[in-house]
Amino acid sequence: MTAITKTPAVSVGLSALTVTVLRRELRLALRRWDQLLQPLLFFVIVTMLFPLATSADQSELRRMGAGVVWVAAVLASLLSLESLFRPDVEDGTMEQWVLSGQPLPWLLLVKTVGHWMLSGLPLVAISPLLATGFAIPDGALPVVMASLAIGTGVLAVLGAIGAALTVSIRRGNVLVALLVLPLQVPVLIFGAHAVDLAIRGEAVVGPMYLLGAMLLAALCLGPFAMAAAMRISVES
Amino acid sequence: MWLWFHKLSSPPYAYAVAGKLRPWFLWSSIALLLLGAYAALFVVPADYQQKDSARIMYVHVPAGAWSQGIYMAMAIAAAVGLIWRMKLAHALAASLAPIGIWITALALITGAVWGRPMWGTWWAWGDPRIIFTTLTLFLYLGYMALRASFDDVQRADRVSAVLAIVGSVNVPIVKYSVEWWNSLHQGSSVLKFGKPTIDASMLWPMYVMLLAFLLFIAAVACDRLRAEILRRERNASWLPSAHAV
Repeated sequence: MTAITKTPAVSVGLSALTVTVLRRELRLALRRWDQLLQPLLFFVIVTMLFPLATSADQSELRRMGAGVVWVAAVLASLLSLESLFRPDVEDGTMEQWVLSGQPLPWLLLVKTVGHWMLSGLPLVAISPLLATGFAIPDGALPVVMASLAIGTGVLAVLGAIGAALTVSIRRGNVLVALLVLPLQVPVLIFGAHAVDLAIRGEAVVGPMYLLGAMLLAALCLGPFAMAAAMRISVES
Repeated sequence: MWLWFHKLSSPPYAYAVAGKLRPWFLWSSIALLLLGAYAALFVVPADYQQKDSARIMYVHVPAGAWSQGIYMAMAIAAAVGLIWRMKLAHALAASLAPIGIWITALALITGAVWGRPMWGTWWAWGDPRIIFTTLTLFLYLGYMALRASFDDVQRADRVSAVLAIVGSVNVPIVKYSVEWWNSLHQGSSVLKFGKPTIDASMLWPMYVMLLAFLLFIAAVACDRLRAEILRRERNASWLPSAHAV
């Protein structure tokens, strides 16, 4: 880390940079469509397990539906973390990013947003189907989708911090879950609670505001933690 | 002041200072523990509802309080190590984590033992403090697990420091979310949670025990810090050959 000039060799505007990184991220991910499907299928299968293991009774399903959908979403968000930073670290791309003089927190945040678009958004899209399967009333479906849309964003940022911390460890998959899950508890609590309130036909603004606040806090502070962890992980 | 700070960050000096402080911490903590235990067992009157089983709170409450205190101390030490690249602060954070795990476990175990006769259950999902303390235990365990997965001590120090800081930012959020979660669900009417209001005659042994626990933790931290320094500096020339491995 001695003679690194802070100015980038080719000066690129931040917005152009954002578009470039995001497009690269999406293009690379879409080429591996099989990997894209895996968290989604996992999400569907895990939610299927609960009625099989407990009861097929409609009113009981409705009572636990919010919790089941949210637990499955949290678990699914952990699955794809392994592939978030590792390929870029292994082929040296990340090292170039660190040395590029561009703001690393921003680059990693853009990458996380790209990751969320392909791992979080599909869960949001399919959630009404699963929620209906749990006899959650139609009126609550927008809340299911909105809470998942905000909540998976927070989950993605927290997961990205965990992924950056463990990226230089060979088999960090289980470890990431151990590190990240306790931190994700608040998202789970308020996400499931919002859905629960919606099912009972009550006002949901309270937990939704709290989820929004957590998303803002995660977006503001998370990238710096990611960048700090990544710098330590990459340098050797 | 700054000179002293820099001096303390040198391993031989810190090793010597920790060794000198340790007996003071240890013996004063033993004295206070004996005093506190005597007061808690014989001086304090039995609770008119809970009878003698309420006496376990003189162990339970200090353990619960310091399980959070140690985490904050660990996070601050880790941050100092990360920001000022002070290796000794990292060593301190590393030696605090196992103490935190044991104290947190002690808080949970004494809580369960207390809860069994009082609430009729070892474990109550409705009590936010149980859930929060358990999550703290998992944060400690995650920190230790992350640290253990690196061979390189310096990298383990710095990566785990980032985790400790992220965890400390998250701790208040987790704490309040768990508390609100509980208030959102219907409250339990059979079990009564919350701190009982305490008479002054029952309070002073509590302060004695809090201080005794703090001194005990400090004494164990001195020991662990010295062991950590020895492990890290095992090839350094300042060590007498008896210690060198």
